[in-house]
Amino acid sequence: MQVRWDGEEVEAEAGQTVAGVLLAKGVRSWRTTRGAGRPRGLFCGIGVCFDCLVRVNGVPDVRACQRLVADGDDIRPQSGAELPS
Amino acid sequence: MSRIESADVVVIGAGIIGAACAEALSAAGLRVLVLDRGAPADATTASGEGNVLLSDKGPGPELDLATASRRRWPDLLATLRDELGDELAQVEWEPKGGLVVATAEEAVGPLADLAYRQRQFGVEAVDLDAAAARELEPHLTDRVLAAAHYPQDAQVHPVLATTALLAAVRARGGEVRGGVEAHGLVFESGGAVCGVRVAEGAVPCAAVVNACGPWAGHFSVAAGAAIEVLPRRGTVLVTGPLPPVVNRKVYAADYVSAVASRDVDLQVSAVVESTATGTVLIGSSRQRVGFDDTLEVEVLRRLAHNAIGLFPVLAGVPVMRAYSGFRPYTPDRLPVIGEDPRVPGLWHATGHEGAGIGLAPATGRLLADLLCGRKPEVDPLPFRVDRPTVIVGPEVER
Repeated sequence: MQVRWDGEEVEAEAGQTVAGVLLAKGVRSWRTTRGAGRPRGLFCGIGVCFDCLVRVNGVPDVRACQRLVADGDDIRPQSGAELPS
Repeated sequence: MSRIESADVVVIGAGIIGAACAEALSAAGLRVLVLDRGAPADATTASGEGNVLLSDKGPGPELDLATASRRRWPDLLATLRDELGDELAQVEWEPKGGLVVATAEEAVGPLADLAYRQRQFGVEAVDLDAAAARELEPHLTDRVLAAAHYPQDAQVHPVLATTALLAAVRARGGEVRGGVEAHGLVFESGGAVCGVRVAEGAVPCAAVVNACGPWAGHFSVAAGAAIEVLPRRGTVLVTGPLPPVVNRKVYAADYVSAVASRDVDLQVSAVVESTATGTVLIGSSRQRVGFDDTLEVEVLRRLAHNAIGLFPVLAGVPVMRAYSGFRPYTPDRLPVIGEDPRVPGLWHATGHEGAGIGLAPATGRLLADLLCGRKPEVDPLPFRVDRPTVIVGPEVER
């Protein structure tokens, strides 16, 4: 299947998480911290730390390590913490 | 593990009350040993929100204790910074103020009345209309009818505060031992306490402080001087990290009656606050279910519903986790602070229900004053052990 990372087309497989797709592509950070804008990506990998948050199809604060990709998903970096609009 | 030698005072319970008592006693020059059957600050202290409130207390002894404690917090933190350095003494202290919000017509009058009575006792309480309330809290619901602003309310990280207090105890030559359960007391022939029984034997001491929180009743029975302290379960929802949403501690005007209720059944009243890390803590619930710490879906649902009622923007945010814990509850709703009249050398410092974090500095100070024979700043009489609803049974079984 095809998904988009920050506007770019990326190959993905059924059963991969968003984190898996990004790491396979060599992307280690997809979020910046609220205060100092430092890079964040995967930390616990098991869905409990809420550090790996990324924007998927316009919705922020999705845990990349938990979310399975679907065909056509639009994955974008997240700045700090975002309120849902 | 090395044997514990001896101490002037053994404090049972390394939560915030035990830590505050140990700090005040060690500041008075006593050698203090703090014991906890679990990890320090891991039980009730880790289960709340870090409330330091005057707003939720009507005129009376608890408000007197809270006022003295609120005054003491900044001085205590300054002492800890001097002694431990800024990093160890960092406790996320936020004198952010509190806002109590009425969204139902029948809550407006009682809220204004409570604020009026509190002002007579020296509490800063400012009546606000809906527009003024929403100026302080832009994300507050537009269903707010009236509010009261309490600039003196504050928030602190309860676990950090407790570990900082315990670090001071150690810096002054005291000891803190987690994973050590106190099984009972040792008495000398005259009946006074002369030690604490632990697995490895007895620790000689001249005084023992029961700071076991919701388990203070159990420990008091093991100590041979039963007091009535019962668990009252609370659950907190934690959102994922968010940009700033709530500037103060904000809670619904029906919180005070939920605290005061004697019902066994579920009492839920919205309490919402942001934290330094961006998460929003959502309380509050009260249930008398013994020591069952199950998370109940109905409780979580009502916590979420009530929080959205105050801050609609929370409706779409992710929930990171929830936790349950127990408040130590006394039937007459006042803490127990003082020497047990039945057992010389046994002291109790417990029963603070949901106010323990805020009340800790004044509790520690009061206990140390009484134990050291100094004139206390706060009148100890309302908190005495010898109250009909607290003291259990006339005889001591040993």
